[in-house]
Amino acid sequence: MSSPSATAHDNTYGQDDTYLYHHFEDLQQQHESSSLGMWAFLSTEVLFFGGVLGAFAVVQTLYGPAMKAASEHLDPILGAYNTAVLLVSSLAMALAVRASQLRQHRNTVLFLVATIVLGSVFLGVKAYEWIHDYHLELVPGINFNQDRYPGRQILFWSFYFTLTGIHALHMVIGIVIIAIMAVLVQRRWFTGGGATQIEMLGLYWHFVDIVWVFLYPILYLINR
Amino acid sequence: MGYLGADYTVKSWLLTTDHKRIGLLYMISITVFFLLGGAAATLLRLELMTPRGDVFGSPDDYNRSFTIHGVFMVFFFLIPGVPAVLGNFLLPLMIGARDLAFPRLNLMSWYIYMIGGLFTLYALVAGGVDTGWTFYTPYSTMFSNTQVIAAALGIFIVGFSSILTALNFIVTVHTMRAPGMTWLRLPLFIWAHYATSLIIVLGTPVLAITIILVAVERLFKVGIFDPAYGGDPLLFQHLFWFYSHPAVYIMILPSFGVISEIVTAFARKKIFGYSFMAGALLAIAVLGFLVWGHHMFVSSQSMYAGMIFSVLSFLVAVPSGIKVFNWTATLYKGSVSFKTPMLYALGFIGLFTIGGLTGLVLSTMATDVHVHDTYFVVAHFHYIMVGGMVMAYLGGLHFWWPKITGRMYSEFWGALSALTVFIGFNLTFFPQFLLGYIGMPRRYYEYPEEYQVLNVMSTAGASVLAVGYMMPLIYLLISLKVGKIAGPNPWAASGLEWETSSPPPTHNFLDTKIVTSGPYDYELQEFADQQREVQEQGIV
Ligand code: HEM
Ligand SMILES: [Cu+2]
Repeated sequence: MSSPSATAHDNTYGQDDTYLYHHFEDLQQQHESSSLGMWAFLSTEVLFFGGVLGAFAVVQTLYGPAMKAASEHLDPILGAYNTAVLLVSSLAMALAVRASQLRQHRNTVLFLVATIVLGSVFLGVKAYEWIHDYHLELVPGINFNQDRYPGRQILFWSFYFTLTGIHALHMVIGIVIIAIMAVLVQRRWFTGGGATQIEMLGLYWHFVDIVWVFLYPILYLINR
Repeated sequence: MGYLGADYTVKSWLLTTDHKRIGLLYMISITVFFLLGGAAATLLRLELMTPRGDVFGSPDDYNRSFTIHGVFMVFFFLIPGVPAVLGNFLLPLMIGARDLAFPRLNLMSWYIYMIGGLFTLYALVAGGVDTGWTFYTPYSTMFSNTQVIAAALGIFIVGFSSILTALNFIVTVHTMRAPGMTWLRLPLFIWAHYATSLIIVLGTPVLAITIILVAVERLFKVGIFDPAYGGDPLLFQHLFWFYSHPAVYIMILPSFGVISEIVTAFARKKIFGYSFMAGALLAIAVLGFLVWGHHMFVSSQSMYAGMIFSVLSFLVAVPSGIKVFNWTATLYKGSVSFKTPMLYALGFIGLFTIGGLTGLVLSTMATDVHVHDTYFVVAHFHYIMVGGMVMAYLGGLHFWWPKITGRMYSEFWGALSALTVFIGFNLTFFPQFLLGYIGMPRRYYEYPEEYQVLNVMSTAGASVLAVGYMMPLIYLLISLKVGKIAGPNPWAASGLEWETSSPPPTHNFLDTKIVTSGPYDYELQEFADQQREVQEQGIV
């Protein structure tokens, strides 16, 4: 059974009352497993985005001028604003990780909530941009106006919506998990403050940020 | 008492986090998908017995049948088969761990597998899919009127399940080895699963995104692959084969691991060139990512790209050759005993060699142009995937059956099944090389008269093969009731999994194992003694 047994152990991660699952020798090993698992998971994520980005790179090389014409309808200022918001959210997340390691439950919850708020602001701005695109009749499959945007420009928008859509989906998933985690920490569900779990969540959130840091220049800037 | 008897309730199975029980859950579900895929194959072979279309009402039904056959077999049987069943059961045992690093994630992978299966089954009953297992665009995104999205989602989901299992394996091998179990003391089975897991983690997400793009394109007509909207259908093929060529190694590398274990155990010799064997596994994993273009020689890809992919494909033959030569060298002057697992393993080596050599014919651009999309290709990949993976799976199942269940099966029926499968297999697929060579295209349900003789041979072989596959299903089940008690190590084999009781206790070992030497010390005196003892008890 993998029901946790709260054995007292010396460790560097979240004091002596973090759970140790039966099949690990010690907390060190348990913590290493979690972080290796998360890093391996993130490497699959890199390839997940890598697939579309690779395809986009091909299209970009083949149809440069059309891509350039299309990307001019994006607002780089909004994108930059969103990049900044997301980076600050990453900072909040890092602070939450730190707080959880110090077992400051109140601060942990506070920083997690800050991360959620900033993440939501990002999604709000993104939604605003999408609605704007919709009004410009730029959404393939829904209302794309081939006459106004002739040639291969539709390809740019196909990739734009796929990439930003998948990224936004990752953010939504992240926000939901962070919210759950904040409630659990608030209720003292983790005897050790959930330091390991929040650290892994932090890795995920930073990853989502980094993806955006790549998407922003690729979609908004390189064609200018 | 063992993990089997720990608790008998259905709930204790459905909520188990014991890697051994999860392995058995997979074994049952995988068998079901194998039977479904097999049923579709039976229909295909019946149809092809005559040159006219007479079994299926329309060519479309034929298309649906080979698609569902391919989808079930590839994504639900061949890819997860060895890792999810044998890997799950054995990996922690072999490295002296109490469980996988993430037991609940492991259970979740099984549920995800089942959910993916349900989506695909839904696609089947809701009208089927007629695109072929490769889902080539723009047909799949634009023209097909079938359940492409449901099937694609099923594959996406089941891919996620393999990713989670692979993550679990990688982490377990890194962090949970018993004291003294250094990297160069790992059994080759573990190396094989490690290399496979790397491919799964790096390859599967690319398939996942490709499938999402297909689904998005069908739903929203966004035109990433569809030329009508400015997209590029070849882009799909590149992305698809970037995953699916490595995927063929996902199917075969774990089998290499199984065969290595069996060959040393029954030749009673240390495996020849251990570090080369481990290195070859990693080399295949890496090279596997560089050769996808050999599926696209005739797709208008540039001739220079074709040449490069051709050369890179030849390179894969080097580590594959190392494997075959080293198994042979291990057998050389060994005291070989031809038990059922060994018969399956020998069958594997033979069939894999034929499959691999014909791979070279296909990797040569000029010859591939002649046989591309003919039955030659069908024969090639069945030799490797069915002749390879299924032989290894059955061999491994027989080898570790005493460990899994604590019982021995009937050696007579075991040997007979191995023989039947081998004969049936060759009779089914060898004629297909000839058919392809003289020009019969794949995916056709009617054909000119002159191809009939070879097709009838193939269908006849398929029925022999089916009998061969049904036999283990029967006598293995019977062995559960009447089989002789196996004891911890009925083959006198080396490896930590044989040092615990059969079936193993819930936490695998009663004491912490400490490893002091490399694997496969068959030449040591202590093993000779153990073997004699086992023989005296009359189990082997
Ligand atoms: C190791 C296990 C292998 C497996 C499981 C495997 C499997 C397959 C499969 C499934 C296909 C057909 C794909 C389709 O539906 O179109 C195929 C085609 C092909 N294989 Fe393999 N293969 C293996 C090894 C090799 C090797 C070692 C080579 C070359 C050295 C090779 C070269 C090719 C080529 C060139 C084709 C394309 C043929 C064509 O479509 O014209 N394969 N293989
Ligand atoms: Cu290939």
